[in-house]
Formats: sequence, structure tokens, C-alpha cells
Amino acid sequence: MRLRFRRRRLGQFAIAGTVGAVLAGFTKQAMGQSTPQTPSKPEVPADPNSYVDVELQINGKEQMLKIEPRVTLLDVLRERLDLTGTKKGCDHGQCGACTVLVNGRRINSCLTFAIMHRGAEITTIEGLAKGNTLHPMQAAFVAHDAFQCGYCTPGQICSAVGLVNEGHAQSDADIRELMSGNICRCGAYPNIVTAVREVLEGKKNAAV
Amino acid sequence: MNSSDMKSVVGKPLNRVDGHAKVTGAARYSAEFPVAKLVHGVTIQSTIASGKIAQIDTRAAERVPGVLLVMTHLNAPKVSGEAGGDRKLPLLQDNQVRYSGQHIGVVVADTFEHAMQAAALVNIRYDEEQPALHLKEHLDQAYVPQGKIPRDQPPDSAHGSVEQGLATAAVKVEQTYTTPIENHNPMEPHATTAVWQGDRLLLYDATQGVFGAKKKVAAVLGMPPENVRIMSYFVGGGFGCKGSTWAHVVLTAMAARQVNRPVKLVLGRMQMFGPVGFRPETMQQVSLGATREGNLTALRHAGTSITSTFDEFIEPVAKTARMIYACPHIETSHRLVRLNVGTPTYMRAPGEASGSFALESAMDELAYALKIDPIELRLRNYAEFDPDKKLPWSSKSLRECYQQGAARFGWQKRNPTPRSMRDGNTLIGWGMATATYPTNRSPASAIAQIKADGTAVVRSGSQDIGTGTYTVMTQIAADALGLPAEQIQFELGDTNLPETPVSGGSQTAASVGSAVHLAGTEARSKLLQLALMDQASPLYGATAEDVIAQNGRFLLKNKAANAETYGAILSRHGLKTIEARADAKPGEEKDKYSMHSFGAQFVEVRVNPDSGEVRVSRWVGAFGVGRLLNAKTANSQLIGGIVYGIGMALMEHTVMDPNRGRVVNADLAEYHVPVNADVPSIDVIFVDEQDPHVNPIGVKGIGEIGITGSAAAIANAVYHATGQRVRDLPLTLDKLL
Repeated sequence: MRLRFRRRRLGQFAIAGTVGAVLAGFTKQAMGQSTPQTPSKPEVPADPNSYVDVELQINGKEQMLKIEPRVTLLDVLRERLDLTGTKKGCDHGQCGACTVLVNGRRINSCLTFAIMHRGAEITTIEGLAKGNTLHPMQAAFVAHDAFQCGYCTPGQICSAVGLVNEGHAQSDADIRELMSGNICRCGAYPNIVTAVREVLEGKKNAAV
Repeated sequence: MNSSDMKSVVGKPLNRVDGHAKVTGAARYSAEFPVAKLVHGVTIQSTIASGKIAQIDTRAAERVPGVLLVMTHLNAPKVSGEAGGDRKLPLLQDNQVRYSGQHIGVVVADTFEHAMQAAALVNIRYDEEQPALHLKEHLDQAYVPQGKIPRDQPPDSAHGSVEQGLATAAVKVEQTYTTPIENHNPMEPHATTAVWQGDRLLLYDATQGVFGAKKKVAAVLGMPPENVRIMSYFVGGGFGCKGSTWAHVVLTAMAARQVNRPVKLVLGRMQMFGPVGFRPETMQQVSLGATREGNLTALRHAGTSITSTFDEFIEPVAKTARMIYACPHIETSHRLVRLNVGTPTYMRAPGEASGSFALESAMDELAYALKIDPIELRLRNYAEFDPDKKLPWSSKSLRECYQQGAARFGWQKRNPTPRSMRDGNTLIGWGMATATYPTNRSPASAIAQIKADGTAVVRSGSQDIGTGTYTVMTQIAADALGLPAEQIQFELGDTNLPETPVSGGSQTAASVGSAVHLAGTEARSKLLQLALMDQASPLYGATAEDVIAQNGRFLLKNKAANAETYGAILSRHGLKTIEARADAKPGEEKDKYSMHSFGAQFVEVRVNPDSGEVRVSRWVGAFGVGRLLNAKTANSQLIGGIVYGIGMALMEHTVMDPNRGRVVNADLAEYHVPVNADVPSIDVIFVDEQDPHVNPIGVKGIGEIGITGSAAAIANAVYHATGQRVRDLPLTLDKLL
């Protein structure tokens, strides 16, 4: 329950940040998603139905979009780019199914507007494997049956890759804590911990 | 010729055959099919629990750019929500509001954002009526259900006289246990994409039963069933809520017809608390009587659960009490109370999960009253045959489950005195409970086709809701066809394939598996007959018994050099394929045997004596579930059931606002389900069990037994840790302070 509160606070923080950013108007330069802008009075009321050009770099590919500024990164991926590997589980930053990597950091793509990520390197589940060779985390998830229905899986894997990048997890207890933003209703948690531990320990024996 | 001649693929811990698709994002769920000219639907839900829509103003919504339709009861096409059996569906046919969260409108627009914006602008005025929302306030209106409980059983049962049994008892336990509304919350929200092609309808639907969806949608829309096709290749969890076809599925089809475009409609997480079912609140009275030696003299389990004002669902809480313990006097009953809520539905082990909390808690109370070890108490009342049906078990390994589970857990080191075990300041509690779930099976069909290139395709409608259907059916087909698993493609999730039942009641493995086994065996035998009668074949003249099938080849048992590949036989006969269809159905076994899985749950909890926080720290579950199809996926399913039980025991509780019946915790931040940090390592033991009677493949089904007994085992452990008996789920810390 501790964890749940933390997750919600993060969500509110991100929403406050994004609302601030939108009100401040849209600038051409990239906006760091972790540094919320100070809200200033807009000169013209924002029209939610106006369109802007947004260029995104997703899985190493440039994507040109004409979207309303309020479109979330998640909905851009799923509804505009057919990158449906990233899942919508709650649309409120509470379940982690939409986790993607932005400049190597894991974020909930439902809690952030696409327009905030101009210039950033966005990696989704579709961008982790190299051709037919799975990323070690993907291979470990298969080998240890770290999923059942598979719907939370892309988010779990992106989150786990982010966890490895962060370098904080030293024990199974750490993995459990740091993976608690990603809900798995099928209850594959023990196998997820095994898969993440294996990758952390650098074992390469995961069957592909 | 038989499968035992070859190395069996069944049982092996094969990685999921759909694993690669799931970890790369390639697996497409129902909202993820690229469809030309697709537009987006969003439903509007009622904000009151009872009354009428007095006025609905859609003008502002219709002005939002891209909006194509605002469908309400004022302009919706006429359909019959009661047609086709199963659930009765409110489908915008009148202005009645029957519960909070009822769909009262659908907005369709070019983008999801426009549809959401417009839905928020629809202005509704209600004539509100006083809703009935509380079970306890309406107990005087409890009634005997019109329907039956599962397996066509009457709601009440009686063997002997419980009053008489209680009168002779030396020790009695008579208590009331309650369980709250719980919501399934599969990670994939309900989603439907409706595509009309003339008078034909294609639905990509997140469903546990493609054929049930086809029949229901056709009946409601007044269409010939053959004009409706349902596809569902991947389902992101169901747990029961995707077992019925709910209103949004039909509404999507209606909207798509109105706008003459394909429509995708995905329920938001918050929208899933009401219109797609839930585990109903229950109140359960358990009365146990026993001799000093611990022999039960009386067992009564009386359950009351809630249902909607317009439909009936019975949570069969007392079903297990009919068969689980030997006792001369057993009575069970089920009553319903109608409230202004959506219709409840099956949720993972409906009845068994909620009922076992009450019964297995009561057994623990009786063990303490008698000062007998809880396992010993259960052994003294071990049912050697089904006391309700008076039939022998097809197989039962419960004794072995108790023994092996207890040994692995270290149960003999338990000091039974409450509050006697500590780790520093932390209270330690060990609890146990019995688990059981019936073995179900329904008719199912499959087609197996061997191709000239030595591969095979096996097809059967069915669904994979995370249970591993793709994988275990591939394994069954591999053994039946005599092919390596990699050579087999198994297809499911489409009503154009042979018919199968809903993925519910833990019956897919038994039902579809039997059909796949029979179809595969038959296809292989047809191919072999071609060879045996063909002078050009090295197998010519041999009998089927002389031949082994292995890796896509037939060879003579006694002369392995006489061999031929499947491909060679087909090519020589100028055939591209050979195929067989099997229509499998249950036989007389259900009249001869009582068929159930059994298990024993052992749990350690750690309770903070200052805050009352309960943490589950260790779990051992031992289960006798017949033949295992895949050791790896089976282990995952049992773990998953137990995790679901941890949620049920410690956190899950849908809370309604007492005035308007709005769910106040309708999201995943406030409706708590277990997260990774809530779950310890879970040790699952599969007790070796051969069941020759249940079905042709000897499987009993494993999707639901894992949750049964889980909540009671935790409550019993909490009593052991704290000396406090909590009879009201969930077992949150406020109840321990």
C-alpha cells in the first residue's frame, strides 16, 4: 500500500507538470519531461482542437505527426503509429502497462503528452530486440514464464530494463520494490523477479 | 500404435509458443487490429443508481470536431437485450437507470480524444429514486433463486438433519462470515472493434468465449448466427468478467452500423466497475458440530449474496460444503438479495473462493475449540467418497497434498498457541486450508491437418486468456500426431474454427484438449492406413500395432529401417494434406464418478503488532490435479491463483458510496490488487496423480483451484499470529487494531 501511494503521487506530479507545460504554450525546443514548467498566463486561450506538428524519434526512427497537443505519448504510439505493443491498462499511471523508455529512463507513456518528447530517444517494446535476437530481458521473461496473458508484459520488460539502467537493485527485495509500479493481475510476480534477477546477474543462458 | 511408444511432449516445461509474440509486442489484442476507416467509441455511464433519465442534451457534444454520433435511448436502434440467454443487457432501449455505471450513451468520433471530449459534454438530468444498495439493510427481502447453481444443482441441499447433528455435538462453531464486492480487473480492459461487411458483422472482442459472444450478439441484433464472426487471438486476462457478453459489445456493433464505419470501443479502467460484472458481496453462516474426537456431526453452510434488480447471478458459496468433508448431517442453501447494482458474475472460482473462506475459517475455529491440529481435524473427516452424490472420486490425492505440503512447509514445528511465534517484535502466524475445485468438461471440436511438408496445423475455436492454451494444445497435438512441437501450428480464437466452450470453469484443457487429442490421433491413423495399404510403402502389410510414430515418421517397431516420413506418404498419394475432425464430449464418467481437484494451502504471515500490517512471507501449496500438460505454465497458473487469493484476503474491496452507489475506489490506485512487493516466493507442489476416468487426457483443470482456500489460510495464519479472528474480508489492518 505504501507503494500505491507513491505511484499516485508520481502521477499527480506528472499531471501537474504536463498541464503547466501545455499552459505555457508550445515551444520548438525539447522539453525535459522531468522538469515541469512554471505555469504562465496564456495570451490566447488554448484550443484543444488545434493541431501541431510533432517530430518524434521512436525506436531509432523519425516519426512526423500532426496531432492535438493533448494527445498522450501512449495514444500516439497505439492509435497513430500502430505500435500497439505498448499497452493501455488504466490510462492513469497506476498500472505500468504503458511503460516505455525515454532516454533510457522508464516512464508511464499515458501520463505524458507526446509533444513533450521532441528530440528525445523513445524506445518501446518493439524496439528492444535486435532483429530476431531478443533483448536479454525479453529472453529471460520467456525462459522463466514471467507472464501469462501477456498484456502487462511489454510494460514489465521496459520497466525491468529501466531498473537495470538505474543500477539500484541489489537483492530480490529491491527488485520486488522497484517493479511494484507494474501490476500483473495474472500474478507472475515470482517469475518476473527470477527473470530480472537473471539479467541483473548477467547470466546469458536464457533460452530464446 | 500408441503415444507411449514415443517420448511425450505433454508434461514438458515447454516455453510458451506465443512467448516471443508477447515479449516483443507483436501479439495483437482486440483493440489493436489495424482496420481501415476506424473510428472511436466512448460510452457515457449513469451517475445515479436508480431512476429515470429526464433529459439528455447532446448539442454541445455534437459540436465537437470529428463527432459522428451521440447514441442515447432517444435515437438507438431497437434491439432485445434479453434475447440469447446469459446476461440481460441494458442497451439504450429506455430511460431507466438500474445501477450506477450503466451505459446510457455512446459517442463516436474520428479520434479517441474527440470522443472523450464529446462524452464529457453530454448533459444529463435525472429523476432520481431511492436505490437499494446495502445487503444488510435488505436481508428481509432475501429470496430463493429461480435459477440453479453450477452443474445444474438446486440452490438448497440436505442430507440428514443439521439440528439433530448439532444437538449431539460436544463442540459447536456457529459464525457469520462476510466477503465484499470484488472486481476482476484484468490488465486488458474490455475492448471491442466492430466491422460491418454488408449484413455480416466481424467483432474483434476481448472475450473468454468467442462462440458465446457470437450467439449472444446474433440473438440481440436479430441476425442469423452465421453472419456474426468473433475473433480473439489474445486476451489480456479475464478471470470471469470476459466470460459473458456485456452491453458494450453490442453497443459497439450498433454504433458501427449507425455511422457506417468500423468502431473501436475500449472501456476505461473506471468504467469496468459495474457494467462488466464483479464478485458479489456475500454473507455466510456456517454451523459446525463435532464430537470431542473431532468427528463432524453437523455441517451447515447458508449463503446470501447480492444480485441486480433485473437479472440473477448466484455466487454458489455453499457448493463445496456439500462434498468436502464426511459428515452425516449436511445442509446448504443459497439466497439472493436484489440491489441497484450491475449484475454480478463469475470471478475466479466463483463460490469456491468466497465459500472456502467461510468454511475453512470455521474448520480452523473448530480445530482450536477441540485443541486438535487443523490438518488432523480435516483427516478425521476425510471424505472417502462424495457425500452429496454418493459417488466414488475419479481420483483424490488430498491426503498426499496435506502430507507433502506440511512436510515442505515444516508444519510440525508449529506451536499452535496464538501469539506464540515471533521474530523480534513481529508476530508470526502459520495457517492452512483445504483447496478444491470441480473438474468440468463441455463438448468441443478440433481439426488436425498433416501437411506434405511434414508440418501440421491444428485448429479449434477456443481462447488463450493467459492460461497457455496455445502451448498446451500444441503439446497435446505433438503427441497425438507424432510430430515435434515446433512442427505444429495451433490456431484458436475465431468462430470460423471448430466450436468450443467458454474458457471458464477451468475446463479448456479438459474440453479442447480432448478434442485436439482425438483429432490428432485420428489424422495420424488415417495417414498410417494409407501407408499400410500401399505396396510402395516400406510399411505395407504391417498392422497399426506394429508401427511407431516418431518425429514425423512411421517406423516398424521391430525393424526400424522400415520407415517412411509423413511427407513421403502424402506426396506419393498426390495429397497436399490429410485431416481429421473430432467432436469430443463428456460421457458417462460424470454419472459414475465425482470429479474434483484437491489441494492444501500453507501460509506464513508476519504481522506488525503496532500497525496491524499483514505481510505474506511464505507459501506452500500442494495440489492433485491429474496429469500436467506443461510443468512450467501449470506452475504459473497455480501461483497466479494464489496471488489472486492474497489480494482477496488482504486488500480487494469495491467500496460504494452509500447514497448513489457510485464506486468510490474505481481505479487501480484505490482498488488494491497485489503488486510485486506483496508477493513472496510461492512453492507449488504437484502431487503425482493419474486419473483414468475424468477425460481422454487425464487432466483436471488448474485455473481456479489456486485461489480456493487461500483467503482462509491467510485468515487462519493471522489468527495464529495475533489471536484475532477476522471473519470479514478483506483483512485490512484496521480490523486488527
